[in-house]
Amino acid sequence: MSFILDYYNYWVVVFLMMAGFYIVISANNLVKKIVGLNIFQTSVFMLYISMGKVSGGTAPIVVEGVTQYSNPLPHVLILTAIVVGVATTAVGLALIVRIKRAYGTVEENEFDNKDDVI
Amino acid sequence: MLEQHLAVLPIILPLIAAPLALILGRSIFSWGFATLVSGLAFLLSWQLLAAALSDGVLSYAVGGWAPPWGIELRVDAANAFVLLAVTAISTLVLVYSKHSIEKEVKAANHSLFYTAHLLCLAGLSGILITGDAFNLFVFLEISSLATYTLVSLASDRRCLTAAFRYLVMGTIGATFILIGVGLLYMKTGTLNMLDLAERIDLYDSSRTINTGLAFIMVGVSIKLALFPLHMWLPPAYTHAPSAVTAFLASTATKVAVYVMIRFIFTVFGIDHVFVDMGMGLILMALAVVAIFKCSYMATVQSNVKTVLAYSSVAQIGYLVLGLSLVSVSGLMASMIHIFNHALMKGALFMAVGAVFYRVGSVDIKDFAGLGRKMPLTMAAFTIAGLSIIGVPLTVGFVSKWYLVIAALEQDQWLVAALVLVGSLFAVIYIGRIIEAAYFQKLPESRSSENIKEVSWLMLVPMWVLVIANIYFGIDTSLTTEAANSASEWLFQTNSMLENKVMEGEVLEGHAIEEKAQEVSS
Amino acid sequence: MAEFIDLVLLAMLALTALRIIFLKDLFAVVMLFGIYSFLSALIFLNLDAVDVAFTEASVGAGISTVLMLVTLAITGRKEKQSTHSSLLPLFVVLVTGAALIYGTLDMPPFGHPDNPVHQHVAPRYIEESPKEVGLPNMVTSVLASYRGFDTLGETVVVFSAVIGVLSLLGVRRKKKKDLESGLESHRVLHVVAKIIIPLVILFALYVQFHGDFGPGGGFQAGVIAAAAFILYALILGLPKAFAVVGPRFLQWMAAAGVLLYASVGLYSMYMGGHFLDYNQLATDPVAGQHYGIIIIELGVGVTVFAVMLNIFYAFGSQAERSNVQ
Repeated sequence: MSFILDYYNYWVVVFLMMAGFYIVISANNLVKKIVGLNIFQTSVFMLYISMGKVSGGTAPIVVEGVTQYSNPLPHVLILTAIVVGVATTAVGLALIVRIKRAYGTVEENEFDNKDDVI
Repeated sequence: MLEQHLAVLPIILPLIAAPLALILGRSIFSWGFATLVSGLAFLLSWQLLAAALSDGVLSYAVGGWAPPWGIELRVDAANAFVLLAVTAISTLVLVYSKHSIEKEVKAANHSLFYTAHLLCLAGLSGILITGDAFNLFVFLEISSLATYTLVSLASDRRCLTAAFRYLVMGTIGATFILIGVGLLYMKTGTLNMLDLAERIDLYDSSRTINTGLAFIMVGVSIKLALFPLHMWLPPAYTHAPSAVTAFLASTATKVAVYVMIRFIFTVFGIDHVFVDMGMGLILMALAVVAIFKCSYMATVQSNVKTVLAYSSVAQIGYLVLGLSLVSVSGLMASMIHIFNHALMKGALFMAVGAVFYRVGSVDIKDFAGLGRKMPLTMAAFTIAGLSIIGVPLTVGFVSKWYLVIAALEQDQWLVAALVLVGSLFAVIYIGRIIEAAYFQKLPESRSSENIKEVSWLMLVPMWVLVIANIYFGIDTSLTTEAANSASEWLFQTNSMLENKVMEGEVLEGHAIEEKAQEVSS
Repeated sequence: MAEFIDLVLLAMLALTALRIIFLKDLFAVVMLFGIYSFLSALIFLNLDAVDVAFTEASVGAGISTVLMLVTLAITGRKEKQSTHSSLLPLFVVLVTGAALIYGTLDMPPFGHPDNPVHQHVAPRYIEESPKEVGLPNMVTSVLASYRGFDTLGETVVVFSAVIGVLSLLGVRRKKKKDLESGLESHRVLHVVAKIIIPLVILFALYVQFHGDFGPGGGFQAGVIAAAAFILYALILGLPKAFAVVGPRFLQWMAAAGVLLYASVGLYSMYMGGHFLDYNQLATDPVAGQHYGIIIIELGVGVTVFAVMLNIFYAFGSQAERSNVQ
């Protein structure tokens, strides 16, 4: 039982990552691809935050009388990574808007046919 | 003052210049400013290489926090050498881009173009110099976002789908790297590369670390377009503005190759990667397939930019082949080829961009008769093309020479033969274009068009690269010396690390591990 | 108890992700993504990552979802049936997942205080940062000082995003009479918005300057302040929002924030320290750290606010354009 509790978090996180990854590579619609990318990345964030947790610890903000804090470093890394994620999402969505204007569609198999694919 | 901060300046100079270029607003100002900044960065990296060659390694603690608590920048002969190539190409491409961009990018976007170029340069310098695995991810994303922007600035609509595909693949690659770094951090508790290296050796057989290694390698392979993860590259290079292609083809993938070298040699250690995980064979096989498959693909394309894009993927095969030989000479061949390939592809794509500037399209049939109309451009293309083929007296020959020697040193006769056969493909795909330019007549429909040589602003950077192709093909002392000390340095650090662990200097980690096992049992 | 909540939330996340895979209605997909993001924020909160939870809620469930919805308004809400086979993606995903599961098998156990991550590097942040940097919030100390270079990079990433979006979409300034923009006829919304917006901005300022002591900081504050203006733009229309802060001005602001951050680094170099060494900013190192962190957080806040709002302007003006057509 303790084995399962030790790794439950990581296994669910792996499942979530793979769900996101699957959406990215299988979706036909470009917006859905971006949603998939976000899910993939958010799940990776969860991997980091899970490893920063200390059982019985509290949030890493100094409080009188508390000695056990969770690890602040993964939090910092993920703050940065979230920002990177939203930046990529914004540029990706802007590209989608332009693709819609240029091709009239955002379905991958449809614009592939309109240009000779290399 | 300058001496002390030499390591950080090549990153922060373009980083600070980028928002200034946006504020300047007018196309001509931001062009001049960006070129000036890039030129300064080139001079700095020249100094940096000189310092690294004489002093060995420069470590700079950003924020004054000692590593591993703060972020460390580490400059050695290897990354200073690649940085030199990157800043040099960036400066030349910026000079070149003034006219090229006027033709290919909307006027409203010019200052955004130069801003994005500076951001990309800052990102690439950051990737090269940083000594922190997570910081590398941040700079990777700066350069990637700037690159997606640069690719999408062209006027042909296909650049949009190319940029989108690049964005999706690139983000998957970056996320894989993020997963890999996370797994390493989980097992070691540190992000500093040197510190990581010391601690990883304590856990040679750890599944978590091996998985981390695999994810980092796959992520980096996407970024460097290693076959079969290269699918984003040909469309991106074909449809991006010519100046962007010239810049990316000669810098972005090279930087990613350096990242791979860095992770293999200074973080994981050769024994771990090549002996325990057996990655040498996988990399070698992929490299050989890349050389053949993509060289073949290059011979059947009709768009010259696509031909050169596939040629780039094949050349990445050569780079990876060199490092998969696991020897000082193999690594040296890769380092030399990083530099040399930047010179060749930069010149070739600039020449193609010049043709696009005058003719408006770059199919092979459009090259017919250009040898007379644009003699300087086509001469540049021919010389750089001979260099890709590997004709003596060009840098291409030097690269191939060292690669073949490195392969023969290990009795890899087959690999050496394959390298030479691969060059034959280059004869075909470059030959087709040269044949069209010199031996076919200008089509009737075009004879009325006023096709003439491009301006000196485009010709000078192109010819600087062409002359460099010949100069470094004859006088190889600079490149071989730098590449040699770079690869010896990489091997040295690697063996230093292993000895250190064998002597048991890093005991702290062991103690933790044992303690953890006690508690969990 | 915390473990139990964790289990339930993770199970809910898994269900949400599964549903997203099979849904073809993109509007529902994006809404589910918003829920996914909120659930993640709850998990982050449960795992003691308060700053991260704050950011995920405002970015993932806030900005990202809004941008996705605006994009859907332009591109349409139905996904068409794919003609590609889904076997290859499934195979790739299974192999990757198997590799990761393999990797988890000798991971340090979840939550264990003796894990390597809690033994090396981090103890210094926990034990020394309140003295060395002088702030109770360790996340802010690490973010802004120990790893201040990452945060500068992050600010530049945000700046790169606005460069990308502006070059792709541009912001069109419209003539005022062009069309009825925003939700002019909804009186109730107008009144509510006018009450809420000042409060939101006040809250943003609180988050900006209280980040040293509690959760928050420049990034969250920038996003929240941008959200206030986005609300204004949604309800009163883009032209009126442009009159308050124009897109051109926002470009300048975005650049100014990055420059403000970098100038702290340059100043500390001028004072004889390394880049971003805040100890040099005052005679007392801890005071120096404090000044440095306040200024760079302000730089982050300004850039993030300007970038997020400008990105919204760009998407918003595209959506209006497609309404006209």
